[in-house]
Amino acid sequence: GMDVKRICFTSLSLQKCLCGNGAAQPMQSCRRYTSAGDSGSVAGKIVAASLLTVGGGVGGTILYAKWDPKFRAAVEKGVPYSDQLFEMTIGPPPPPPVIPLPKKPVKVEPLQISSVSEASKDSKQPQQMKEKKVAKEEKPPVQQEAPPLPQTIEGENTVVLLFSSEFMQRFSSVQWSHAHVGVSTAEECKECEHEAHAHVVKERPEEVVSARLAAQDRCFNAMLHQTEHVKFLKTTFLDDTLGSSAKLTLQAIGAQEAALSAIANHTSKLKEAMDAEGPSDKTSAQWRSLEDALNERSRAADEAGAALLKAKEELEKLRKVINAAKDSKIDAARPQILAAEENLHSMVVDLDRAVGKVQTAQMEAKIVSQYSELVNEAKAQFQKELDSITPEIQANWKGLTGKLSPDDLNSLIAHAHRRIDQLNRELAEQRVREQIHIEAALDQQRLENQKTLDKAVGTAISHSREQMRLEQEKKIEDVREVMEAEMRTQLRRQAAAHTDHLRDVLKVQEQELRAEAQEVLSSKLMEQETNYRRVTQDQLDAFTLDMNAAYARLKGIEEAIDSHVVAEEEARKAHQLWLSVEALTYSLKTAVADSPTEPLETAAKAVRESCADNEFAVALASALPEESLSRGIYSEASLRARFYQIRGLVRRVAMINETRNSLYQYFLSYLQSVLLFEPEQLAPPTKLKPEDLDTFKLLSYATYSIERGDLELAAKFINQLTGEPRRVAQDWLKEARLTLETRQVVNLLSAYANAVGLGTTQAP
Amino acid sequence: MAEEHGRKWDRCLADSARTGFGVGVVFSRVSFHTRIASLCRPNVARCVGSGMGLGMGYSNCQHDFRSPYLLHGHMVKVDQFSW
Repeated sequence: GMDVKRICFTSLSLQKCLCGNGAAQPMQSCRRYTSAGDSGSVAGKIVAASLLTVGGGVGGTILYAKWDPKFRAAVEKGVPYSDQLFEMTIGPPPPPPVIPLPKKPVKVEPLQISSVSEASKDSKQPQQMKEKKVAKEEKPPVQQEAPPLPQTIEGENTVVLLFSSEFMQRFSSVQWSHAHVGVSTAEECKECEHEAHAHVVKERPEEVVSARLAAQDRCFNAMLHQTEHVKFLKTTFLDDTLGSSAKLTLQAIGAQEAALSAIANHTSKLKEAMDAEGPSDKTSAQWRSLEDALNERSRAADEAGAALLKAKEELEKLRKVINAAKDSKIDAARPQILAAEENLHSMVVDLDRAVGKVQTAQMEAKIVSQYSELVNEAKAQFQKELDSITPEIQANWKGLTGKLSPDDLNSLIAHAHRRIDQLNRELAEQRVREQIHIEAALDQQRLENQKTLDKAVGTAISHSREQMRLEQEKKIEDVREVMEAEMRTQLRRQAAAHTDHLRDVLKVQEQELRAEAQEVLSSKLMEQETNYRRVTQDQLDAFTLDMNAAYARLKGIEEAIDSHVVAEEEARKAHQLWLSVEALTYSLKTAVADSPTEPLETAAKAVRESCADNEFAVALASALPEESLSRGIYSEASLRARFYQIRGLVRRVAMINETRNSLYQYFLSYLQSVLLFEPEQLAPPTKLKPEDLDTFKLLSYATYSIERGDLELAAKFINQLTGEPRRVAQDWLKEARLTLETRQVVNLLSAYANAVGLGTTQAP
Repeated sequence: MAEEHGRKWDRCLADSARTGFGVGVVFSRVSFHTRIASLCRPNVARCVGSGMGLGMGYSNCQHDFRSPYLLHGHMVKVDQFSW
């Protein structure tokens, strides 16, 4: 009712309800309202009722939504703004149930094969640093450097490079470029490791071999690491000293050169000054420049001397360092040491050469200065003499040009002559003493020469000895290197052989292990299989047993069912038979008034069908008379009725027979029937006497029987009629006989069906 | 058979009547036109005729009753197209 009302109010307008115009069923309820009272109060009532229902509906919905979240979700999905309403009234919707997600498996970091790269890294580091340091140091002496210097340093690097394992060569030069001085080693390591890792991942099968090589190299490198460290320090120290000594040597050489140039300058200036007898101001300028040159020369000489000292000190230091390095007996540093030694030697040589040059220059300068001194002395002497002779002449060479008097000139000439004589005398004397002087000078010179020669020879010898030593050492070093390289290659070969051997061994081992594992696996498998077979067999057996049992039971059940079925079938058949017989019996009753029954054909057929396998029944069924099957039989009532008709007729033709059958006789018979009165019904005797065979009597008996329902007896009596009455009653008799026959058969069938049914029906 | 009996009687009477009247009429007519008209008045003729007819009918009846197993057949036209 409420729903209907709601539908009414919500789906249709109120006016319609009020007017009652709606033809649909729901409007009936509206009409009830309209018919109740006036429209105003009804409208108000309707409004109130509608409000109430709506409110109730909404409240109910909200409450239910609070209780059932699914309903709430459904409503929210359906109705647009209901979620807001719900949120306002009830609160936020309950959170959906949390399903814990399976944890993601922890990422397994790839294994880092770092040792090789690390090892190589270690060996690389000092190289790089060294390289860079050396490069730095290379810079300053690069400008005027002695050729062997950079070569030696580079050679050093190349040697060191060569020293590192082949594995290093796999790394691209990129790595070299990546390594900057000042970049943290950690970064470098990481970079290299990553690179190495990448390389490692790519080149895995070769890795095994190279890893072995690297393992061996690792040993070298480990050893090297320490020595490298020390060597590194030493070499840096060595390089430092080398550098400083080189610097100083250069400085010294430069100073020497400067001194040389200064001396040469001075000497040339002196020579010029001596030779030049020009104007005094020029000479004074010359003398001034000469003085400057002299100062210069002295200064340069001092400088050169100081530089030389310093250089010599430094060289000494270097030598000491080299010796120390040599003493530490680091094989790998040998070439460096050798190079340093060579440098030292060359520096020393250069220095000595420069010094020698300076010395010769100095000697020359000395000679020249001596000569100049002598010349000056002579000049001074001459001047003095001249002055002494001619004191009045001012020693003014300028005045000499044109202001001299003849006396002065004469005296001058005389002086000059005297001087000449003196000089000639001295010359003669000198000539005389020349030889002695020359010899003495020669001796002196020889001595000096010898001394210098000795000295030079000594230095040359030492130099050459040094050179040879150095060469020897270099050769030794080279040989050592070669040997080392060879040894390395041999070792590498050995390593490779070892690797191959290991590989083979591993292969063999692998195969063995594999075979073993396979064996174990197969045995286990076999075990499992036998186990499984056994288990399955057991299962099968059990199952078979069960199956057999079940089958047997099934069979039993089936048999029981079959027997049941048979019994049921029998019962069914019996029932069917009985039913068909009943049908037949019933069909006998279908006779309506005077019309016969329906043809018993179908029923008989049914009966025949229902008892197809029963001979007795079949026989019975086929014993039904043809007429009854095709035409049906008359009921007893109709026969009875008919009988009365027959009776009348029979009475009327009672006298007629074969002999008396004229019309007159007919008339007489008719008269007789009219005049004769006999009892309608007479009880028939048990035994018939011949006088009882009178027509009328018979008729009476038959009537009596028929009245008592005994058609059979009646038929019997009628059968006793003779003549025309018989003829007249013939068809009735036939019918009666038919009916009786059919009834008899039916009764038999029914009895039989009953008997069979009784037989099959089992008491519960 | 009783019906047959009844039918027989019907037939009998009908025949008798028919024949009687028929013969009577015919006889009367015939006798009217022939020279034996002197003794034959129509009524007499008819009576004679009907008497003769009745007699014929009677004997027919009797014969019919005496030979009960003689069937009277009917001519039934068979529609040729109704097989």
